[in-house]
Amino acid sequence: MDLTQNNAPIYVKCDVNSMKPLDNLCHPVSVIKDAEMLAAEAFGAKHAFFIVNGTTAAVQTMIFASCKAGDKIIMPRNVHRSAINALVVCGAIPVYVNPGTNKQLGIPLGMSVEDVEKAIIENPDAKAVLVNNPTYYGICSDIKRIVKLAHDHGMLALADEAHGTHLYFGDNLPCSAMAAGADMAAVSIHKTGGSLTQSSLLLCGDKVSEGYVRQIINLTQTTSGSYLLMVSLDLARKNLALNGKELFKKAVDYADYAREEINKIGGYYAFGKELENGRDFYAFDSTKLSVHTRAMGLAGVEVYDILRDDYDIQIEFGDIGNILAIVSAGDRELEIERFISSLSEIKRLYSKDPSGMFDHEYINPIVDIPPQQAFYSDKKSVPIEQSENMICGEFVMCYPPGIPILAPGERITKDILNYIFYCKEKGCFLTGTEDLEINNINVVVNS
Amino acid sequence: MDLWFTEKHTDDVNFTIRVKKQLYSEKSYYQQIDIFDTYEFGKVLVLDGFIMLTEKDEFIYHEMVTAVPMAVNPDIKNVLVIGAGDGGTIRELCRYETIEKIDMVEIDEQVVKVCKEFLPQTACSFDDPRLDLYIEDGLKFVRRKENEYDLIIVDSTDPFGPGEGLFTKEFYGNCSKALTDRGILINQHESTYYDSYVDMVKRTHRRIGSAFPVSMVYQTHIPTYPSGHWLFGFASKNLHPVYDLKAEEWKKFGIKTRYYNTELHKGCFALPNYVLDVLDDCN
Repeated sequence: MDLTQNNAPIYVKCDVNSMKPLDNLCHPVSVIKDAEMLAAEAFGAKHAFFIVNGTTAAVQTMIFASCKAGDKIIMPRNVHRSAINALVVCGAIPVYVNPGTNKQLGIPLGMSVEDVEKAIIENPDAKAVLVNNPTYYGICSDIKRIVKLAHDHGMLALADEAHGTHLYFGDNLPCSAMAAGADMAAVSIHKTGGSLTQSSLLLCGDKVSEGYVRQIINLTQTTSGSYLLMVSLDLARKNLALNGKELFKKAVDYADYAREEINKIGGYYAFGKELENGRDFYAFDSTKLSVHTRAMGLAGVEVYDILRDDYDIQIEFGDIGNILAIVSAGDRELEIERFISSLSEIKRLYSKDPSGMFDHEYINPIVDIPPQQAFYSDKKSVPIEQSENMICGEFVMCYPPGIPILAPGERITKDILNYIFYCKEKGCFLTGTEDLEINNINVVVNS
Repeated sequence: MDLWFTEKHTDDVNFTIRVKKQLYSEKSYYQQIDIFDTYEFGKVLVLDGFIMLTEKDEFIYHEMVTAVPMAVNPDIKNVLVIGAGDGGTIRELCRYETIEKIDMVEIDEQVVKVCKEFLPQTACSFDDPRLDLYIEDGLKFVRRKENEYDLIIVDSTDPFGPGEGLFTKEFYGNCSKALTDRGILINQHESTYYDSYVDMVKRTHRRIGSAFPVSMVYQTHIPTYPSGHWLFGFASKNLHPVYDLKAEEWKKFGIKTRYYNTELHKGCFALPNYVLDVLDDCN
């Protein structure tokens, strides 16, 4: 196909740029402004920014707008890499709150209010608290109380809602950041809201200056904002506002049904609201279909690969002990039934003795030096198996979910090395290191 | 008035029959259901525009999906039929007095209702006491069964629309689990004559082969299906459709058939080379 032809598809014709009647994303005064106002209204925010550089840009803007070099920010360690990347860029210092963990599932949970309060009291000079709402696995912290705590101590409350678009529209879903009174939220409309990949919203509440946030956005945002992405945001906003409630109800019904059926197969554990504990698993996002597979002797990533290769079913991700399927209104009964039946077949054909399998997904890190300092220190590359007890100078992640196993400045422990080797053996997609094969790792010199 | 019904067999081939009267036309939750009365073929059941059966040639299909497995294992007692809302397969099974239990799973209740009203020729055995009718998804139903059936007949529509899940690898695996050691799976296997069907035949054959040690294909002449040359699958864990044929025992059933006989049984597993080429390509 030749994109310059007159019969080019509509999406190519939408790809125009910044002529006066079409407004300018860097300085919106007309149509983009109007669309952003409609989005703010739909999401219950004071202001909404259209973001075309991915939710990464929205997360980074939240951090840049709250912290300068040397400022502290309180966040759970199981943040997305974009948050720690922001710290590398701006020099803010993370105060990590260790997320709760569920030993059986081996996954990190949310933050308990008590742990956040402790971090706030120990670090009264911190500028902001960042909350995952929800985590990739659909687990929410008590965001209302965390926002209140932050505000009571003069800190901003930020939310990474990369997986939370639907919280603004569905019934019986966990509280959204804006409803909880948070100051900023980064929302990946493209993940569960139906806009094009890389388009996103940054929502703001009353306490932050719209003008200042825009200046921060413009530090790194393209000056040629894609109208294709902006149009998709506007259309997704319309669809969500008009049909969101119904669409997410259907998704929740499908996911609830699938959980029930998968748990009947035996061996698997499709977890849900029964794990809510009022603390670090405060609320569960029922559209997420997370299934624990380790009790069947299979790593999540193995089930993920079998589903794709043998059953033509592509799900979101598989990690060491779990798989995650995201159910949307675009699914049909057939897809749900096929997914359940395939899991039943995988159990019949592949299940084995689970002893000897790696049983934890999350290891609390030891942070020796701040991310920016570590990233820009003198570093050397060493074979990964010889890196024990050194300080890591780069990221190591499984992708997805993209939560760092190691971030710059963290100590490389034996547990972490064993975990990395196990992930490699099971076929996880490891990313982040300069060496694409992950045979070598950059460590801080003299560490 | 000259009224004709046309089914598209391929992009470039149509099959057209003259209609006396349209008897029924409604859309169910799953599909468009039509019944025509025709001059040549009697009443015709059409789903989503595709002919499922005609009164004139349905006996061929229904005898061939029932008599073939019954002649390989005359001891079949428990049968699961998936699809088959028109009742023809049930009618044939009910002729075997030794069958003790038939579970039938049809996803679209509307098809059963309509056939009972307009197609008594096939929908005549729904009251048989051995039959339990379940209105639900076959893929879901069979998933919960283990070592329960001696025979599963997949009397499905085409591999798109409501029947799509009945052509998947997980479905055939679930069937294998639901069958006893001497169990047999019979399925509607499409046709290889037109190129547009070939990929699906290959995929289906490959998927069944992954779930069953014995996976064979047999052929039939069904005049109102695309090309008229139609295939069925015979899969089992250890019974061979020809070497294990119990011709004398089947004859003792005393069932009068218009298409099937035990000599034809042996012959229908002998396939033309162009079909063999397609099937060989699956391995």
